[in-house]
Amino acid sequence: MVIDFRGRLLHIVRMHALEVSDLRKTYKNGVEALKGVSLTVAEGDFFALLGPNGAGKSTLIGIISSLVNTTSGDARVFGTSVRTERSKAMSYIGLVPQELNFNQFEKPLDIVVNQAGYYGIPRNVALERGEKYLKQLNLWDKADKVSRTLSGGMKRRLMIARAMMNEPRLLILDEPTAGVDIEIRRSMWEFVRGINEGGTTVILTTHYLEEAENLCRNIAIIDHGEIVQNTDMKSLLATLDIETFVLDLREPIRDCPQLEGMDIVKIDDTTLEASLPKKKSLNNLFAELDGQGVHVLSMRNKANRLEELFLGLVEKGALQSESTP
Amino acid sequence: MSERNFWIGYKTIVRKEVTRILRIWGQTIVPPAITMTLYFIIFGELIGRRIGQMDGFTYMQYIVPGLVIMSVITNSYGNMVSSFFGDKFGMHIEELLISPLPNWIILAGYVTGALTRGLLVGAVVMAVSLFFTRIEVQNPLIMVSVLILTAIVFALAGMVNAIFAQKFDDIAIIPTFVLAPLTYLGGVFYTISLLPEFWQNVSVFNPILYMVNGFRLGMLGVSDVSLTMTYGVIITAGALLFMWCLVLLHRGTGLRS
Repeated sequence: MVIDFRGRLLHIVRMHALEVSDLRKTYKNGVEALKGVSLTVAEGDFFALLGPNGAGKSTLIGIISSLVNTTSGDARVFGTSVRTERSKAMSYIGLVPQELNFNQFEKPLDIVVNQAGYYGIPRNVALERGEKYLKQLNLWDKADKVSRTLSGGMKRRLMIARAMMNEPRLLILDEPTAGVDIEIRRSMWEFVRGINEGGTTVILTTHYLEEAENLCRNIAIIDHGEIVQNTDMKSLLATLDIETFVLDLREPIRDCPQLEGMDIVKIDDTTLEASLPKKKSLNNLFAELDGQGVHVLSMRNKANRLEELFLGLVEKGALQSESTP
Repeated sequence: MSERNFWIGYKTIVRKEVTRILRIWGQTIVPPAITMTLYFIIFGELIGRRIGQMDGFTYMQYIVPGLVIMSVITNSYGNMVSSFFGDKFGMHIEELLISPLPNWIILAGYVTGALTRGLLVGAVVMAVSLFFTRIEVQNPLIMVSVLILTAIVFALAGMVNAIFAQKFDDIAIIPTFVLAPLTYLGGVFYTISLLPEFWQNVSVFNPILYMVNGFRLGMLGVSDVSLTMTYGVIITAGALLFMWCLVLLHRGTGLRS
C-alpha cells in the first residue's frame, strides 16, 4: 500500500509472494539442476509447480527455503532476499517437504510446539496453536503418541500442522499427498484450500495432476532445470485442442468404425477410443457412430486434461534436449 | 526476529536437547557412571593401593579429578556429535535450518545441551567417587569454571565432527583415534613428572593436559601446569572452535547442499 504525503491512497500494489530471478544451481558433482529459472507468484495465489522427477522442483524449493545454496540469482519472499536477509525471509515461509523429516521418536505435540519455538513463538501460544492445527488435521487424539506409530497419511498431515505453526504467509507443499489414500488426500485439499482462502499464498508440487488442476489458479512447469510453461491454469487448459474419450459399447463390434475428422481406435470388442478436436461436437460423434450401427453405452475422458498437456510439454522438452548436441 | 524471539528459540533447542538426554537416560547417564565405578575399583582400589601416594594424595584421590573431567569431555563431545549428527542424518535438522534462527543461536542451543549432559555425568561421577574416598575441594571457582569451559570446548569440537560426518562411522573415528588417546595421555592417571623428559615435552602439546590439571588444581590444589596456561589454552581453543563452527554453519557445510 502506497500513501502520498497528504495521506491519499494512491494505489494498492499487490506484492509478489515470491520472485525468483535467473536462479542457477550447479551441484558439486557438476549436475546443473537449475538453468536460469525466473518466475513470480502473486500474493494470495494457489500456484502449481509441476515437473517430472529430477526436473529441478525440489532444488528450487530448497533454494527458496534456504536448504540449498544458489550458484547465482536470487529468490525474494515478499520482497525479502533469501540470500541477504535469510532470517526475515524464512519467517514468512512454512514448508512441507517431500521426505518425512521430523524426529519419529518425538510426540506430535512436541514436534509442532518446538517448531513454533524456532520461530520465536512463546510456548503458551505454541501450545494453543498446536492443539488448533492438530485438531484441524484430525491428529489431536495422537498428540501424545510417539510419531513413529502414526500411519503414512497421519505423518503427512503432521508435517502440514508443523508448517502452519508460524502461520506463514507463503506455504510451500512439496508433494504433500504422495502415498496418501484418496479420502485423506481430499481432506488435505480442503484444509489447504481453506488456508489459501484465508490469504496464505500456496505453492504446490505434486505428481497428481488432477490435484493441481482442481486446486491451483496458476502454474509453472519445469523440465531439465528450465521453466517450459508459466501461465494461468485456464489459459493452459484452453490450449488443449484435442480431447480423447473412452467409449463403452452396448454390443461387441468386429471392425473399427472410420469417421471423418476423428481418430477412432478399437481397444477391444466393446471399447473404442475416440480423439476429436474440441470444436467438433460430441453429437456428431454419436450420430456418426449410430449411423454405422455402433451404440455407445457410456463414455469417460481418457486422461486428465492437465496430464495430457503436461506430458506433451515434457515430451517436447525431452525431444529438444535429445536433438541438442 | 527480535532478541526475545532468539531467546525463545534458544530455550526451545535446549529444552529439546535436555528432554532427549533425560528420555534416554539409560544411554546417556548410566553407562559413564558404571564405567567410572569400574575405574575407581580397579585403578583406585586394587592397583592404586600398590602405587601409593602421588603428589601427596592417595592414588584414589589423585585420579578422581581426572576421571570426572574425562567423563565430562567424553559426554559433552558425545552428546553433541550424536545429537547433531542424528538430527542431520534423520533430516530433523531441516526444522532448524528453515527457521529464522541465526546460526549462533542454533550453535548455542546445542552447546548448552551438550554442556548439560557433561555436567550431569560429571556430577554423577563425583557422587560415585564419594563411595571410595573423601576430598576437600581447594578452589570451587577454578574447579567449576574449568569444568564448564572444558565441556563447552568439547561440545564445539563435537559440532565440527558432526558437521563433517556423513555416516555413523565418521562420528566414531575422532573419539576413538584422537580423543581417547589424548585423554588417557593427558594426565588423568599420572603426573607428567613421572614421564621421561622427552615425553614430558611432548605432553605439553596435549590440550587435555591443561584441562585435567586445571580441574585437579581446583579440587586438590596440585597441578603440572600453570593456571594461566590452563585458562589460556581452554579459552583459545574454545574461541577458535566457536569461530570455525560459525563459519561452517554459515557456509552450510554438510548441511545445505
